[in-house]
Amino acid sequence: MIIIKILAVMFMIGGLFFFLTATIGILRFPDFFTRLHATGKGDTLAVLLFLIGFSLYEGFTLTSLKILVIAVFMFLAQPTATHALSRAGWRCGETLLLHEEEKNDSVI
Amino acid sequence: MNIFFHVVGLFLFLLVFLLLYRVVFGPGVFNRAAAISALGNKTLIILLVIGFLYHRVEMFVDISMVYALLNFIGTLAVAKYLEMEHKNL
Repeated sequence: MIIIKILAVMFMIGGLFFFLTATIGILRFPDFFTRLHATGKGDTLAVLLFLIGFSLYEGFTLTSLKILVIAVFMFLAQPTATHALSRAGWRCGETLLLHEEEKNDSVI
Repeated sequence: MNIFFHVVGLFLFLLVFLLLYRVVFGPGVFNRAAAISALGNKTLIILLVIGFLYHRVEMFVDISMVYALLNFIGTLAVAKYLEMEHKNL
């Protein structure tokens, strides 16, 4: 039993690490699409690790099954939401930083 | 184990507090929408941590599931609305 608890704690610490990296990415990156790249991938992985850790900690009950259902739902929903948001940003004229630099070079 | 859940909850609270910078000062509405979507994920985990702290996980897991659904639908609705609004202008 203690081995399963240690495994759950390790999963949760991994989730905390990926949440921290995603937050640093969304604060420090220079551009909308790079920010969305950091938060989309990092948060999905962190939520999955956290939910697997909670499910291992809870044991084999109906509650852990519900937590795994949330994990499957997040695995499907989070990339869809990120894709919809990035497509809306691209069509509404959010610019890439790379393109702006090229434009400035051509002007000079 | 209780101390570990306290530490996890406080760390996630700190991350939410850092993320509020992008929600308040972020340039443009899309940065704000992306930051709110990321903030909802952290809230989902904080709800489950609160459930483990109070030994009432079987109640808080339903709240967390509803929060995940609402976060997904809200982000999708904001994205579709902004895209449609830009097409009409």
